Amino acid sequence: MFDKYLIVDDSVRATTDGFAFEARLGYYRGLGLSMIEDLGVTLDGEAVPRDAIRFDEGAGPITLADMETAYDRRWNFGAKATISVVGQGALAPGEHRLTLAERLRVSYLPFPSINTDEKTVSIAG
Amino acid sequence: MSKIKRGVSLYSFQEELFLGQMTVEDCIAFAASIGATGIELLPEQNMPSFPDVTDAEVAWWQETVSAHGCELTCYDMFLDTKRRKDRLMSDDEQVDSIRRDLTLCNRLGIRNMRILVFVRPDILARCVPYAEELDVHMGVEVHAPWHLEHAWILRTIDTADRLGTKHLGILPDMGIFMKHYPPVFRARFERQGARPEITQFIVDQHEQKIMSEYTIYEVAVKMQGNKAEVAMAETLRHAPYANPKRLKEYAPYFRHIQAKFYEMDADATDPSIAYDEVIPVLAEAGWEGTLSSEYEGNRWIQDVMPVDSREQVRRQHTMFERLIGEQA
Repeated sequence: MFDKYLIVDDSVRATTDGFAFEARLGYYRGLGLSMIEDLGVTLDGEAVPRDAIRFDEGAGPITLADMETAYDRRWNFGAKATISVVGQGALAPGEHRLTLAERLRVSYLPFPSINTDEKTVSIAG
Repeated sequence: MSKIKRGVSLYSFQEELFLGQMTVEDCIAFAASIGATGIELLPEQNMPSFPDVTDAEVAWWQETVSAHGCELTCYDMFLDTKRRKDRLMSDDEQVDSIRRDLTLCNRLGIRNMRILVFVRPDILARCVPYAEELDVHMGVEVHAPWHLEHAWILRTIDTADRLGTKHLGILPDMGIFMKHYPPVFRARFERQGARPEITQFIVDQHEQKIMSEYTIYEVAVKMQGNKAEVAMAETLRHAPYANPKRLKEYAPYFRHIQAKFYEMDADATDPSIAYDEVIPVLAEAGWEGTLSSEYEGNRWIQDVMPVDSREQVRRQHTMFERLIGEQA
């Protein structure tokens, strides 16, 4: 329902060991982090390993494995959180193709809710 | 004169709220400006501190709606039965979660709660004493592809009858009265590559009320439909046209309606949902609840044009005024 807005425009930046960007939850309400089953990140067609991804809605960076039992944290509706990729070497300047796939465990749906955004992003040299 | 009231669910402004283009107060002020008196909210969308909502925040909501001449009419609850990866919520945990929502609903001064349709009737039966104590009506959302006489919905009716309670019932979503296939659905599938002759076939099949599986098989197998065409055919599974006349019999079981719509035409008519049939039945039944706008068209047009939820809701209320006004 909000796929095209998941990756926040112009938010992607290189870090010393990877890159980071702002993202929104593709759902019409907030959700506890334990129900965010996966945040799949692909850069230039290559999937980033799950254990290289960190999530931070404001309470501090957390691994996707630890999110599974983060029962007291929520990603609020429309709120921008930071998704980082670590231990990968700084992202090179220039244009890149970035995809984000959020897989949510929505209790009333018989299947997982998968929400995907893909954007061409520019990293300043 | 009919006593049907007009309201707006904040769900209607999800595009603008999500993008930070409107605040909750903007939505309330807009609703008031078109003569709506009821505000429906989704705490898990509209209250960032949920579930730890403070008394000061509760007071802010009550004062804000009151300042605009409105009142809070309905609380849309959720139930995270799959909160844990390793197991489903136990029955006790489900009851506790619903009780938590009933309590917050009561603190907000709201007397109607939208219960998600998947919540089990036996769980709701256990919540009835709390709902009665807090004077909150628990209305199970009758949402497509369920309908008023779906066996699952009848279990809630039976439970309410058996318990003799006025605090458990239903809450119809008008998406169950999809008389015509929404043009806005068709247009998006065509932008995604569905061929006009196939989309016309699907619309014609829906118009004839042919059961969805026949059409899906025709499109997917016989016509070798592409991805967009098959996806469009599959929407028919969730596009029922239930009989509006049945609303009269079930009127004692609901106090609030989610007035779902996908697109209003410029002349303030709904090309899809049969409000012109629904509202006379509600009036005839002497129903006195709130028709609460639930605009869900943003997701069908946002790929190609800016979403203007205010204009869409305004048009729906123009239609409501006309249709309610025509009733004796």
